[in-house]
Amino acid sequence: MSKINLRVNGESQSIDVPPMKRLLDVLREDLHLTGTKEGCGEGECGACAVLMNGELVNSCLIPALQASGATLCTIEGVAQNNTLHPIQQCFLERGGAQCGICTPGMILATHHLLDKYPDPTMEQIQEGLAGNLCRCTGYMRIFESVKKAAEVRATT
Amino acid sequence: MQESQPILGASPLRKEGRAKVLGAARYIDDITLPGMWHGATVRSSIARGTIRSITFDPAIDWPQFTIVRATDIPGENTIVHLTKDHPCLADPHINHPNEPILLLAHPDKTALIAAVKGVKIEYDELPGVFTIEDSEAAVENEDAARIIWPGSDAGGTANCFKQYLMYTGDKDEAEAGINAAFEAADFVVEGEYSTGAQEQLYIENNGVIAECFRDALGAIESVCVRGSMQCPYYLVHALTLVFNLPEDKCRVIQVETGGAFGGKEDFPSVIGSHAALLAMKCGHPVKIVYDRAEDMAATTKRHPSRTRHRTAVSKDGRLLAGTIDIAIDGGAYATLSPVVLSRATIHAPGPYKWPHLRVRAKAMATNIPPHGAFRGFGAPQSLFALERHMDKVAQAVGLSAEELRRRNFLATGDCTATGQLLSEPVDMQHLLTRALADSGYHEKLARFEEENKTSSIKRGVGFAAFMHGTGFTGSGERRLNSLVHVDILEDGRPCILVSSTEFGQGTNTILSQVAAQTLRMPYESIVVAQPDTSVVPNSGPTVASRTAMIVGKLVERACEKTLATLRESEGLPEDFTPQQFTAATLAYRAKHGSLRSSVRYEPVAKIYWDDDLYRGDAYPGYAWAVYVAEVAVDMNTYMATCTRFDALQEVGKVMHPVLAKGQIEGGVAQGIGYALYEKCVWQNGHMANNQMTNYIMPTSADLPPIHVHFEETPCIHGPGGAKGIGELPMDGPAPAILNAIENATGMSFTAIPLLPEDIFERVTAMKNAGSEALNPGVDLDTESEVTA
Repeated sequence: MSKINLRVNGESQSIDVPPMKRLLDVLREDLHLTGTKEGCGEGECGACAVLMNGELVNSCLIPALQASGATLCTIEGVAQNNTLHPIQQCFLERGGAQCGICTPGMILATHHLLDKYPDPTMEQIQEGLAGNLCRCTGYMRIFESVKKAAEVRATT
Repeated sequence: MQESQPILGASPLRKEGRAKVLGAARYIDDITLPGMWHGATVRSSIARGTIRSITFDPAIDWPQFTIVRATDIPGENTIVHLTKDHPCLADPHINHPNEPILLLAHPDKTALIAAVKGVKIEYDELPGVFTIEDSEAAVENEDAARIIWPGSDAGGTANCFKQYLMYTGDKDEAEAGINAAFEAADFVVEGEYSTGAQEQLYIENNGVIAECFRDALGAIESVCVRGSMQCPYYLVHALTLVFNLPEDKCRVIQVETGGAFGGKEDFPSVIGSHAALLAMKCGHPVKIVYDRAEDMAATTKRHPSRTRHRTAVSKDGRLLAGTIDIAIDGGAYATLSPVVLSRATIHAPGPYKWPHLRVRAKAMATNIPPHGAFRGFGAPQSLFALERHMDKVAQAVGLSAEELRRRNFLATGDCTATGQLLSEPVDMQHLLTRALADSGYHEKLARFEEENKTSSIKRGVGFAAFMHGTGFTGSGERRLNSLVHVDILEDGRPCILVSSTEFGQGTNTILSQVAAQTLRMPYESIVVAQPDTSVVPNSGPTVASRTAMIVGKLVERACEKTLATLRESEGLPEDFTPQQFTAATLAYRAKHGSLRSSVRYEPVAKIYWDDDLYRGDAYPGYAWAVYVAEVAVDMNTYMATCTRFDALQEVGKVMHPVLAKGQIEGGVAQGIGYALYEKCVWQNGHMANNQMTNYIMPTSADLPPIHVHFEETPCIHGPGGAKGIGELPMDGPAPAILNAIENATGMSFTAIPLLPEDIFERVTAMKNAGSEALNPGVDLDTESEVTA
């Protein structure tokens, strides 16, 4: 067991876990943050995506030890005081979420994308989300959600 | 009066959408019950044989584990679908790789990995059968060693789960007509088309949590399974047999479900029964959640198919007669293959008039994990064949793909191949005109022909015309006899009680819209009960594009019944406000304690289906569509890409434009994957690429713009005129794309998935391949089945 210190969604956490435990399992099992989902367990689908020190990572590929000292943002940290973040609001209004299982990772990927490209081109959106698989939407509603979120962001 | 609240046709927020975007929606793997253990499955490593011995690695502390064997099953060792050929746990016969043999449970999930490996199973192996052709050959050659399925009480013969024979009209007359037409035809066009297996690839794997309750004497009293699923009552039915318990002692609760597409129609009966058996034996709740590799290796996929067409056509392009022979690979057990085959059979003639037609269809057994339900349910297979074949027929006759279809489309007042009179308006001519205009088809056809002369990127356009029947086939809805309740809760809010489940397609939302519209209450006030079989009635399975039209209509009728009750009992006026409605419901409740309106499916008198003759009204309604694909084929890399997609469909009333577009776009994306990306690689019945890394579904970077267009012709059978749309978009993309590839390259491909290596092989094997030729000696010009 290793002692791991993390900052998750603004809160400091200190936990004892096996050093190679997947960050995904640390979040879900030790911190009870079940909004982060497992889709494939091999870094292909992005359902487990979280922001680690501002970078988008697949938490199924990160050993706990590697996350030691990191600042993390999971889907639970996106809304403030139960008010939807504009990205969440746009996904909700534009049909960006269907079954919802890819949605947490997709929203964090969008967050990361818009930090990098506040006014993204279609190509940047398509490339930026290519690590997050969605089987329901065919991505068109997601693209619309992202474009709308960029607009909202530009006006606030 | 309904104009006052046009919520049907608006796009209110998805009912459970807020929880989903917050990450607060609770899927099965997010739920932990007190004292819960974890379960795992020990599976066969061979495709066919018998179990000789099972031994346990002494290095593992087995008393810590609960082990369930077939002999522990208190009821029947079967997973019931249409027959009982499918065992819950294999004993002693193995019929496919990854067949479940033993179940293990332990409090620590991580302990199970070594334990599964620590169970050593020895087999006496038997020869396996892995293709439709091998399965047919075993029957033809009377090769007893390769008869892998004997037939069953519920029908089927050696190696064949089901056969259908469908004629236009009387059999003898149709056969005579077919023979005469083939004699006299100007052209006879033959073709063979095949489709591969396809993984549903819901992003949430299959998973359940089961509990078993005992009475004071220790006897099993009841079981309860929560899980990710489409059809709670299917699982109830399965549990009643496995546990020999009555229905009301088998409780099933659907929790938030992360995609299904048919993949959680029949399979939850397997994993649900397994978890319940472990819960029974260990005395704790047991969770089984598959990882991706196990889910892909062991659960159902779309049936592979082979379809042969032989068509008699006149020189002016009229279809005179046809024979269609369909074979699908059902895998090792019958499961749902007979009904998948039925939909394939009925959709095989497409939206065309056939003066004389015979469709022969069969589902063959192979030693592959059973294939099952997947969006489209047989129709994508037979419509792929048909719409590729129609382009071939057009070429043979010398007409354009468009003109050939125009001369043969069904129209209002015509009869389908099953003899169903199309009494509601059908206008395929207009759909085709509009789809080709919306997509710029004609302009592109001309432009690409010019541009392709000087480009190594060959571009092309193609289309497919098709339809999809809503609801259960034939007399299915009569048999289902679905029941729906609408309750008024204590606070006056209406609550819909159905077993129809939400798994992303929008069930909660559209049924709430129907209730809001009918009751003239705010959409936000409508509650949808969680599908828990101890609470909700059996409104049928959530399959077959039936929820909007069939269940939606029942919800509408139940709401109308509530209004009638309130008018009679509480004097609710014809025209009322939400406040008056709520006051009336509360007054009624105060007098009677509760207010529940229940309605059952009422067979439409004029809809009649003959199961023996396979004739009649196959579906209460059809959605009609023309899809247009634009492609680019890079002749240096042999990669074919869909560069634009236009999907036009007539679906009755569009209940929720945002959800409806999402349904079509999602289905088109799966269809593009079916055509160009998704290949199951089989090795002796085992899926070799059972990972997302090497089974490739389209990403956001792979898909073209998908333009969705609707035509709305209200259908009398659906609420507010709606028809089903869920499966329709799966049918059109593959043939449209391969038609476009032929337009681009002049090469006719007849099998999907079509990967770059397939195009490479064709190009390098052609006569004029020059230095790229792989085998210059082979004459590949063998595709000339067209005879004049």
